Amino acid sequence: MPPSERKLNVLNEGDHPFLLGMPKEFLEVATEHGTEIELEAEEMLFREGEAAERFYLILSGKVALEISAADHPRITVETVGTGEVLGWSWLISPRRWTLDARTVKPTRLIALNAPDLQRYFSQHPELGYRFLLRLLPVIAERLDATRIQLVDIHGA
Amino acid sequence: MVARSPHAASDPGASPYAPAPYRVLDNHPETGNTVTLTLAPASGEPLPSFLPGQFNMFYAFGIGEAAISISGDPSSKGPLVHTVRAVGRVSQALARLRPGEFAGVRGPYGRAWPLEEAPGKDVVIVAGGLGLAPLRPVLYRLLAERSRYGRIEVIYGARTPADLIYYSELQSWRHRTDVRVQVTVDSADRSWNGDVGVVTQRIPDSRFDPERTLALVCGPEIMMRYVAQSLIARGIAPHAIWLSMERNMKCAIAQCGHCQFGPLFLCRDGPVFPYSQIRGLMSQREA
Amino acid sequence: MSGGMFPAEGVLLDRSRSYRLLREHFPSFVSSLRSHGYTVVGPTVRDGAIVYAEIEGIDDLPIGRTDRQGPGAYRLEHREDAALFGYNAGPRSWKNYLYPAHERLWTARRTPDGFSVESDSTAVPTYAFLGVRSCELAAIRIQDRVFDGKYRDPGYHARRENGLVIAVECGQASAVCFCVSMGTGPGVRKDFDLALTELLSPPPHRFLVRIGSDRGAAVLEGVPLEPATSEDEVAGRQVVDRTAESMGRTLRTDDLHDMLLGRPNHPRWEAIARRCLSCTNCTMVCPTCFCSVTEEVPDLDGAKVERWRRWDSCFTLGFSQMGRTSVRTSGASRYRQWLTHKLASWQDQFETSGCVGCGRCITWCPVGIDLTEEVPALREGSPTEPGG
Repeated sequence: MPPSERKLNVLNEGDHPFLLGMPKEFLEVATEHGTEIELEAEEMLFREGEAAERFYLILSGKVALEISAADHPRITVETVGTGEVLGWSWLISPRRWTLDARTVKPTRLIALNAPDLQRYFSQHPELGYRFLLRLLPVIAERLDATRIQLVDIHGA
Repeated sequence: MVARSPHAASDPGASPYAPAPYRVLDNHPETGNTVTLTLAPASGEPLPSFLPGQFNMFYAFGIGEAAISISGDPSSKGPLVHTVRAVGRVSQALARLRPGEFAGVRGPYGRAWPLEEAPGKDVVIVAGGLGLAPLRPVLYRLLAERSRYGRIEVIYGARTPADLIYYSELQSWRHRTDVRVQVTVDSADRSWNGDVGVVTQRIPDSRFDPERTLALVCGPEIMMRYVAQSLIARGIAPHAIWLSMERNMKCAIAQCGHCQFGPLFLCRDGPVFPYSQIRGLMSQREA
Repeated sequence: MSGGMFPAEGVLLDRSRSYRLLREHFPSFVSSLRSHGYTVVGPTVRDGAIVYAEIEGIDDLPIGRTDRQGPGAYRLEHREDAALFGYNAGPRSWKNYLYPAHERLWTARRTPDGFSVESDSTAVPTYAFLGVRSCELAAIRIQDRVFDGKYRDPGYHARRENGLVIAVECGQASAVCFCVSMGTGPGVRKDFDLALTELLSPPPHRFLVRIGSDRGAAVLEGVPLEPATSEDEVAGRQVVDRTAESMGRTLRTDDLHDMLLGRPNHPRWEAIARRCLSCTNCTMVCPTCFCSVTEEVPDLDGAKVERWRRWDSCFTLGFSQMGRTSVRTSGASRYRQWLTHKLASWQDQFETSGCVGCGRCITWCPVGIDLTEEVPALREGSPTEPGG
């Protein structure tokens, strides 16, 4: 475990908005498979193409999601910050990150080990279903935001 | 008769279409295609008073008119301030005006933001792009009488950091403790340390009491629709959400018919409307 | 009194009474209008239609002519009698004079202090509008409201206030008339300076004259009049009653506002759009349509510029242009805008329908779109489903 990471002691419903209303069982599973991470500004959290093995709850700070290519300047397509969640590529084959994630200021996160979570969910599909129901509105909201960006409302 | 005064409409024979000449005092660039013009009546007469949210018909001599909202301080005696994006023939000509040159002005026109409802309430201001221009007079008014209001939240979005208007003023507002300003852009390069995303994403964690909040929204129509839905999801009633609409206003006096929106003449009955009044019209397909 | 001429010099006409003007004295009436300084605008035959234009005398009137109208059809015919006003609404309306299709609003000149703006103050013509029908009076009342309010249109109201309204009750209805449905005619009840009813039979050919104002009474000075007989008055009422019974069309109006506004997605709008050419004829001939656009007309050296206003139409794509796109891009949405405005949202804006039942939009539509047919079709079925 890198020095910036430490094992979670106990995870409470009030620690992060994503946990509000989640069953106690999930909090226990998350505590067992979770790590708390502290990063400085300008650190890479993950890179496009790497294996996606973590689900992040941001406790404080801000993370920029970036796209870069040789023929295009690196652009930030979204920032996520305090109280938001990050990363669901681990749920979808081929389970690799599709963006770069870089901190833009000092950031504290909870990282849940995705393979462990998935193993548990496959044995306890009801909890897995609850988790997806909780995650889906977040994905839908991001999709809405992407649509608004797509229509380029300010460009008209 | 010669219409020299901005109050020309009080002369019964004068055309309500006649603009009064104004001298340009300053032309300040905001973004690549947007400038803020400061003007004073050429007659030396005082500026007609205006309410936050009202607009003028702004005239480029020999070219034509465009409806432009007033973006200055409503409590000051002058000068007149307009922020203009150079997108059409008229606005391009206006944006090129140099100090000492002249433009025409008639107005102010239209229904203002309902600030009489704001005392004692939280105020949420959501603006997109140039939509901050008609809301800046609101902020001037709120901050001038800060103690009369609850929390003040400003959420401002633009396409890129280079498209943000009133940049230095935004910085100074961000340093105040009695107003919370969130700025977000659709995309940015690495020189931008602020938020990237759309304004709707900043609404869930904005701080206000939905039961006693007045929300004022101005920006592209699609953005306003999404924002209104997000604000409703946060518990604000549709009648407490006010939008400033845009159509092709030509006469500004409800006689040319162009800006009709259902039964409404945007120039006279608006441009500011409660969302409850226009939500049905906004979703009607015209294509 | 028999054989005596009214009015005797210096005797004011009694506005509560009606009078009889014999056809043979009509030229003296027209002369009187002219000698009182009025430019007389009345019906005359031009380019195969009866239109309103400046007339010099009675020979300019469409004596013994009438029109046969239908959807997309208008034809002049000869009458069997010599009626002066034996026709119905033509392609022009009084708005051509009160609210000209092209009008200069102001002129601006560059000066050392920027520029000066001079509102157009060319002498306002003093028109006598001869032959204003009841539906047209209703249309004028509507435009009076449109151009009033906080910002009064000075040109419109100057022409209106100077103008003398000589109404004529309709002695016949065309196949496209539906003023009875709209509550606007055919009888003339108010807002006239003079109201005439043409009585053709039994002879003599004569007019029943009612006086609505002192200005109306003034132009009758010296015109040979007699008090109307009770037979004249009965005949006048019968003319109006017969016309009311022969309306070419009807329109149910009690539910129009909510019904039309509640059907924005009715498939009939698309069906109409497949026929509609977006030619703007209906809006040009409509006596209440008021939309306009202004144009900047600079002179060559750029020192002087004129602002002109001309009629515009909601049927053009450019009408709702915003930046690079239009709000109403489809023909269906533009027809819907016109019809819902005319019959429904007009009520919200001006507390009256925008339709007076003159039928012009039906006659002058090149493909014969008939709103009295379209409205019932839109009423049929559910708001979004075809009729059934």
